[in-house]
Parts: sequence; structure tokens; C-alpha cells
Amino acid sequence: MSPLLSILVRALLALLLMLANGVVLIYMLRKVLGHLHLRIGPNRVGPFGALQTSMDVVKLLTKEDFIPSAADKWLFRLAPYMVFVPSFMAYAALVLGPKAAFSGLDTGLLYVFAVLALVPMGVMMAGWASNSKWSLIGGMRAAAQQISYEVPLLLSVLPIVMTAGSMSLAAIVKSQTGYALGFIPRWNVLSPQIVGFGLFMIAALAELNQTPFDMSEAESELISGFANEYSGMRFGLLFLSEFSNSFIISALAATLFFGGWLVPGIDPASPVMVWLGPAVLLLKTYVGIFVLMWIRGTLPRIRIDQMLALGWKALIPASLVWLMLTGVIVRAVS
Amino acid sequence: MTPEELSQARITPEGEAPAIVLPKGLRRVPRGVDELATEHLIVNMGPQHPSTHGVLHILLELDGEEIIAAEASLGYLHRGIEKLAEHRRYSAVGTLLDRADYISGIHTELALAQATEQLMGIEVPEKAQWLRSLFSEIVRIASHLIAIGTYGMDIGAMAPFLYIMREREALLSVLESVTGARMMFNYVRPGGVLRDLTPEAEPLLRQFLKTFPGYLEEYHTLLTGNEIFQARVKGVGVIDRATAIAFGMSGPPLRASGFGWDVRKERPYAAYEQLRFDVPVGESGDCWDRYLVRMEEMRIAAELIEQCLDGMPEGDVMAKVPKVLKPPAGEAYSAVESPRGEVGIHLVSDGTDTPYRVHLRAPSLMNLAVVDEVMPGHKIADSVAIIGSLDIVLGEIDR
Repeated sequence: MSPLLSILVRALLALLLMLANGVVLIYMLRKVLGHLHLRIGPNRVGPFGALQTSMDVVKLLTKEDFIPSAADKWLFRLAPYMVFVPSFMAYAALVLGPKAAFSGLDTGLLYVFAVLALVPMGVMMAGWASNSKWSLIGGMRAAAQQISYEVPLLLSVLPIVMTAGSMSLAAIVKSQTGYALGFIPRWNVLSPQIVGFGLFMIAALAELNQTPFDMSEAESELISGFANEYSGMRFGLLFLSEFSNSFIISALAATLFFGGWLVPGIDPASPVMVWLGPAVLLLKTYVGIFVLMWIRGTLPRIRIDQMLALGWKALIPASLVWLMLTGVIVRAVS
Repeated sequence: MTPEELSQARITPEGEAPAIVLPKGLRRVPRGVDELATEHLIVNMGPQHPSTHGVLHILLELDGEEIIAAEASLGYLHRGIEKLAEHRRYSAVGTLLDRADYISGIHTELALAQATEQLMGIEVPEKAQWLRSLFSEIVRIASHLIAIGTYGMDIGAMAPFLYIMREREALLSVLESVTGARMMFNYVRPGGVLRDLTPEAEPLLRQFLKTFPGYLEEYHTLLTGNEIFQARVKGVGVIDRATAIAFGMSGPPLRASGFGWDVRKERPYAAYEQLRFDVPVGESGDCWDRYLVRMEEMRIAAELIEQCLDGMPEGDVMAKVPKVLKPPAGEAYSAVESPRGEVGIHLVSDGTDTPYRVHLRAPSLMNLAVVDEVMPGHKIADSVAIIGSLDIVLGEIDR
């Protein structure tokens, strides 16, 4: 296969995964939230309402293409893509199994965070271009949130890079093979790095713009925040990338802390892992997403100043201290 | 006001010179001025906003996230209830007043019925008095449940609102079985009440009383014990005792500020003289206290329901009243303690079969007035927490 064709096929596969995830996750969110809230969720279209999301996509696609007259038309059109494209690009770094990766990036971890850092730019752009005061506040909140939580998010994964000795996701998974005391898998979450996992989860919730940190949407305060003026497929894109981001972050959490595609008791080199690996990683990722939805269905929203205070005064110092401690441990062990 | 004028308009507290002239649009930054100068933003919160509990409209002047000034603007739900009442016979006014405070219509009905009875000198049978108390408390719980549920939603937690529907449903089925309606009852009438408890109502209520404490505990777990919830409401929207009294506040917001005024205790009506109950009082008058007072009132209301069921006397539920009510000329005022505060009816009769004037003292209106005072200095998110903690019903404010 020519390299160009190979890239194209991989990109298409990643897009397929992203879209399929979007459809599944939106349905899952509605069902999970429904059952958390003592209601049923969608149950009319298709068996158990499973076709609801597909029908909604059709609805979004056929809606009027509306741009507010006072909006900055070019930025308004551009913003959803600015949110969608980085989120799609992040898929390139995912390592699904021993022989399944969209690309074998050596600096996969760095790359994922680099492209995800672009997402709030799009959110800010959407908030600004809408020329609505509520959207503007939402966009500005996204910027503040981004600045204060990108740092602890990166700092919380650096200890993993130190222990694994690599920024490649495949190498990080490999570093988690084997067993401690003969039966406990050497997953990072079962090591002292569980502290890092806690820091990572909090920062990731904020990075994902998820409850309790859903500042830029904050439907009870800002109506719908940056997405206020969006409708139809532009809104669909914003919505889709939100779900795709939670997939990426959950997949990252599974890779960094839960052994990625590894299964305890099965030799990672065995041929069965070629297809079992991706399935296991998807399962771990979906468990992570379920936890995110659980949080979303239960917790109230924190206030913006409290969120910033938490980020700067607690999370960043804590992750710095943890980074130094890990350095000492790694040095002592080697 | 045109949008152009609105962006020019300033809402500054009295006595302060207007400092900043707003540009006409977000994109037209005035040239020549300091590039780093920031401007205040005036936003219209409502009348279409998810957290203004109906069609409340609040003008907020913002400095970034901080509120500089707030001004509540009313009237979007005005239906002319008071005027319409002047053209209806006394027996038909209750139907209108149900639609004033639509979350707890029975209390407004009760105030009207009592005012009419005062004018006509009607003696209400004892059983009717007990039923009035019973249903007042049932509706109080149903209303406070909404208040707590929507409050959770205002703070960002979606679950409580859907959980409260479970208990509210149990209470609404009791109300439906006895009064025939779930919200617009017209159950309390001059002279007594519409009818006695139905056979299925009491078992339903007993069942509710059995499960309610457990569910109340669940809300405490979901909201009261939640760190984020506490961080969002503690110390937010503090209304001190003097301010609360000066603004004529009543109900849970007044009691949360440390003043234990409750019409049920101070001027007992219906069967409240024979019932034993405490009035929960807060200390600091912040959103947290207002929330806790409501939670406590629900627990007490459940006890009151039990007392009413146990002590329910036998007898008629309606006094002998003429078909067409024609009170002698004069005026009467009657107040009851609704979930929102002291709801009063000032009734003026000119001796005909329609009232000359019906004035509704709406507690929500008095309680809302304080937002202009309380909101400045808080964040945008707090404005939602403050409005929610006052538990206003726009139907009653605008009438």
C-alpha cells in the first residue's frame, strides 16, 4: 500500500470510530442519565430508543442553516471546525492494541495534549463570533479554564512519563506489563501513581468541560454558554467533539493508568491480543465514560472563582509536589 | 426600549455618578481611549432564561463575572387577576386566585375564603378547619419539594429535581383524589371545604408519611452533604435581619434571617392552634440557611399531616352558606402562611355579589424586591443561587 493511501485509510477509520462513538455515546448518555434520574430516557425510536440519536442527526442535518445577523459570519462558521478538527486529530495518537494504532507516534502523549489544547480556542471563537453577551462570557470562561487546567493535566501525566521512560503511548502500555507480588497487574493505578490518577481525573473533568466544571456551558447560568447561537449541524459538530473529547480522555486514562489494552492473565504477546486488545481498551474507555456520566448526573456545578482557585492553589502545587516525589522515587529505584 | 437605547442605559446604584459609557455594540470599541480599559456589560437575564423561575427579567450590570448592579423587571406574567376578580361572584374568585401562586394555590384560596367569612360572619365547622390545615401542609411539602428540586438544578445538579417528582406525585395523587385537580384545586371555599377525604386518600397519605423521612434523607445526601453545593450556597446572598424586615419579607427567607415570624403561630387560623409544631429559624440569612429552613419545614409539615390525620374530628365540612354570597359592605384582611411567606387577601365589599376590590399581598413580590440590594458584589452564578433560594413564583408577583 502506498503511504498516502495508508494514511487516508487510517484517517477514515479514525473518523468512523469518532462518528460511531458520537452516536453510541449520546444514546448512552441519555440512557445513563435517565436511569440515574429515575426516568427511562429515549424509548420510542427503534428498540429501546436506540435509533434516537440517528434520528437526531437527521434532524440536525435538515435544520435551517441559521447565522445571527450580528454575528461575525466567518468566525461563526469556522468555530465548529476549530473545535472538531483538533478533537479528530487527537485520535491519531491512540494505541488500541499491540498491532492497532492509527499512527505510531513516539511522542503520542505530548501530541494529544497539544491538539486538545486547541479546542478551547474554537470555543472562544464561537463565543466571540456569536456576538451574544452570554456566549461571550461562556467563551471567556473557557479561556480561563483552559489556562488554569491545562497545566495540572500535563503535570499529572508527567510522572507516568518518568516511570515509563517514554512519551509513546505504546511504550507506556508496555511498561505496565507484568505482575507485582506475582498476581497484582503492574498497572499505574495500582501503584503509588494512583495519586497522579486522582489529579488527572480532576484536571480532565475541567479540560472536558464536564460537570462539575462545565463553566463555559453552564446551562443554569449562561443558558447554553458559547453554544447559545448555534443550531443545526454546527451545533451538532460542537456536540460531537465534546463526546469525542471525553472518549479520548477516557482512552488516555485507560492507557496511562489502567494498562491500556492489557488483560491480566493473558500474555500480551499472544496472537489473541491482536483482536482482544482493542476490545478491552474500548471496554475500559467506556467504563471511564460511564463514570464521567455518573458524575455529570450527580454533582452540582462549582463557581468560576472557586474553580480557578482550585486549579491554581490546589491542583498545580499538588501535581508539582507529586512530580518531584516521583522523581525522587524513580531515582532511588534506579 | 430599543436595543440601541438599552445598550446606552445604565443601572447604577443611587448617588453614584455613572462612570462608564457603554459602546453601542460589542465590536465597536471606542478609539482613542485606553486600550486596556474594560467596560461594564449589561445583560438581560430573562425573561427567557432557564433559571429565572418563569418569566422574571433581571438587568445585570457586569464587570467581568461580577455583578455591579441588578434590577428586577416585572410584569411579563400579568393577567389582571385582581381586576378580573372584581367582576366575579365571591364563589368564583378562588378559581382565579389558584392561578396566582400556581405552585401552592390552596393557600391563596384559604386567605380569600377566610376574608369572605370574616365579612359575612360565617362559622366554619371544625372538621373543615382541620382539613384546611391538612391540605395546607400537603401543598406546603409539594411546593417546598419543587423549591428544593429547582434549587438543585440552579446550582447545576439535575438529579434532585427528578427525584422530588416521585414524592410530589404521591402528594398530587392525594390532592387529585380529594379535590379533583392536581394544581388548580378550588377546594377551600367560603364556609368550609369542597368535600371530605376520600377513602383512598388516607392510606395514600399514611404510605407517604412512611416513606418520606427516608427520601428526605436522600436529599440531604444528594445536596446538603455535598461539598460543592455547600461551597456554592454558604455565605452567598446574605440578608440580615434588619434588611429582611425592612423589605417586608416573610416565609422561609425571613425566618432564615433569624426572625421567627410565622402566621400559623402568630395569628393562628384553621386548626393550627390545636397542632404542635416548631418554626425553624436560621442564623445568617444566606442561601444555605434558606435551603435548610425549607428542608426542616418539610419534615415538620410531614409531622403536621400525621397530627391532622390522627386528630381529625367528625362532622360537616361545609357551613350553611347561601348560594349567592353577598357580604355586607366593609373590608377584611386575612393572611395565611404559604410556602413562600405571608399571603394576604385584602377584600373590600360594597354589599353586592361581586367584590369591590381584591388585593393580594404576594410574599414572592416582597421577597424578590431584595435582589437589587443583595446581588451586587456577587458572581453571575450566585445570582442564580440567590433567586432560587428566594423561591419566587411569578404568577403571584405579576398576577
